[in-house]
Amino acid sequence: MSVDTSVRLPGMPVKNPVMTASGTFGYGLEFAPYGDLRALGGIVVKGLSLAPRLGNPMPRIAETPCGMLNAIGLQNCGVEKFLRDKLPRLPWRETPIIANLYACDADEFAELAGVLSAQEGVAALEVNISCPNVKAGGIAFGQDPAMAGKLAEAVKKRAGDKPVWVKLSPNVTDIVSIARAAVLGGADALTCINTLTGMSVDIRSRKPRLANVIGGLSGPAIKPVALRAVWQVCQAVSAPVIGVGGIASAEDVLEFILVGAHAVQIGTANFMRPDMAFRIAQRLPELMAELGINSLEEYRMSLLV
Amino acid sequence: MALSGACRDLTILSVTEAGPEGGAHGCYYIELANPGLGSAVAGQFVMVRPACFGQDPVWPRPFSICRLTPEALTLFVQTCGRGTDVLCRLVPGDAVTVWGPLGQGFSLEPETPTLMLAGGVGLAPFVEYAATHPAPANLALVFGHRQPLSCYPFAEMANVVGRAEAFQENSPEDLPRFIELLEAKVAEYAGGLIVACGPRPFLMTVARLARRFGARAQVSLENRMACGVGGCLGCVEKNALGQYVQTCTQGPVFWVEELQLSEEA
Ligand SMILES: Cc1cc2nc3c(=O)[nH]c(=O)nc-3n(C[C@H](O)[C@H](O)[C@H](O)COP(=O)(O)OP(=O)(O)OC[C@H]3O[C@@H](n4cnc5c(N)ncnc54)[C@H](O)[C@@H]3O)c2cc1C
Ligand SMILES: Cc1cc2nc3c(=O)[nH]c(=O)nc-3n(C[C@H](O)[C@H](O)[C@H](O)COP(=O)(O)O)c2cc1C
Ligand code: FES
Repeated sequence: MSVDTSVRLPGMPVKNPVMTASGTFGYGLEFAPYGDLRALGGIVVKGLSLAPRLGNPMPRIAETPCGMLNAIGLQNCGVEKFLRDKLPRLPWRETPIIANLYACDADEFAELAGVLSAQEGVAALEVNISCPNVKAGGIAFGQDPAMAGKLAEAVKKRAGDKPVWVKLSPNVTDIVSIARAAVLGGADALTCINTLTGMSVDIRSRKPRLANVIGGLSGPAIKPVALRAVWQVCQAVSAPVIGVGGIASAEDVLEFILVGAHAVQIGTANFMRPDMAFRIAQRLPELMAELGINSLEEYRMSLLV
Repeated sequence: MALSGACRDLTILSVTEAGPEGGAHGCYYIELANPGLGSAVAGQFVMVRPACFGQDPVWPRPFSICRLTPEALTLFVQTCGRGTDVLCRLVPGDAVTVWGPLGQGFSLEPETPTLMLAGGVGLAPFVEYAATHPAPANLALVFGHRQPLSCYPFAEMANVVGRAEAFQENSPEDLPRFIELLEAKVAEYAGGLIVACGPRPFLMTVARLARRFGARAQVSLENRMACGVGGCLGCVEKNALGQYVQTCTQGPVFWVEELQLSEEA
């Protein structure tokens, strides 16, 4: 049986729903020795800012049960270097390359969107709204519906013909209200979810395990939270949702499609083994055939409740 | 440098506890069959993920290549947590996924008098270094350790053993004497090449001495790693320019003058 793994996302054909999550797959090139980048449904690169960013002090990562904490602090080479040195070496004609945007205020986000949307090799812009809005006293854009909506609007205005994905933070009371605001502001799709804030300490040294004290929790431990968020958001908005959080197998991919996601991103699981995303993309059609699923479009949101 | 692709699904050939009979010293040799990893430069490492890890622990574990031949990859592992505990309890036939060789290894200058400085489990990469060195007569070793010497692959380094000094640290009072020994050795090799691997405080001492005597020295860092392949930015170290560089791809071996080597991390 041949199955159809293609999915429809605004403005781009996608051959399969298995993408990689920002910050967990470098700039893509680091993983080229472990699989064919063209076999992936998409590659979301490490968060990019206008200027290079140094990032946080060490230690930046800590392992937790079925997961990890990170406080990388958005270390990145800056948009200019990315466009000059990295993007031309990525197979952007065959696999959508999605730029993940990081900035400290709405103007900076808009400027970044302007630069990236002019690039033929960039398929979409994913806006990381988990970052603090410096001009609004440091509260994260993603924690306030009005701010999230305005930011989506500002980026969309400068995005030209590129689809804008807004990446939601789970660290909110009501993720649906943020999702609605982002879509009203102009988001073409929503990525769900970023990391959950968390903490880990050492009782002997009495020190936090991260120099930043607080970090973002990711990995299989957060999958139920991500699944719940995707389910709730898919019930509330019609924009496509890209599910992310703890996905580590083709079975996990189908769970997210079942609750309504159009596509998924593999994050922390890329650290378990660097060929993980490739293996999942390869395994998915086999699993679909085993389960008698002809197409993902047909299976999506077919959860029986 | 051979950069091999793909993850290799290997099987355990043997797991052998090292050291005196009856003592639980936590030092093991782990042999993996037919690694198919090509050739390696001593100081490079592999990422190791036993199949039984499942989804927890999430991270694979990095280990220096202690010895690599077409028949077997040998790791020298000291248990210090749940990952190494699991690894050292594997039995022949168990499945382990391995990828590598990764990172940048030690410089090898056949004609240069070279001093290897190792602390504890940091001896591992020097087994491969000595075994692949074309002129072992130019090699010397100073090895600081806490467990009995037979716990470590010291005797295995037969081609340097005549020029090797082992120093057992039994109590905190021994440390100043060990540092004195290091000082004398670094001064002696100031015109040669120094390669070092061990705990961070040890490497910081080596770096300080190398700077003082103007010696050319390389250190191998053991920063915590999630991915090992340059994908997460978790393993970084501050370079001399104050920027964070990835120790998994640009290291783990660095020239001392490339780094700040502060207390951080
Ligand atoms: C390039 C490289 C080469 C290495 N080579 C060897 C080797 O040849 N033989 C060997 O035995 N070990 C080696 N190590 C160290 C080894 O990877 C760690 O001991 C191992 O990952 C610990 O795993 P665990 O699950 O047993 O311990 P965990 O349960 O993860 O940790 C136990 C304790 O060790 C600390 N810890 C864990 N990892 C590190 C780290 N990287 N740096 C500092 N503290 C840490 C934790 O904070 C905790 O206190 C190497 C590390 C690196 C980066
Ligand atoms: C080390 C690390 C770095 C990350 N960096 C970014 C980033 O730059 N931008 C972003 O939007 N999300 C970032 N994330 C979040 C992931 O893209 C993803 O949303 C999250 O980890 C949950 O998915 P997972 O459980 O599959 O990892 C990062 C996550 C990790 C673990
Ligand atoms: S361990 Fe992930 S970048 Fe070095």
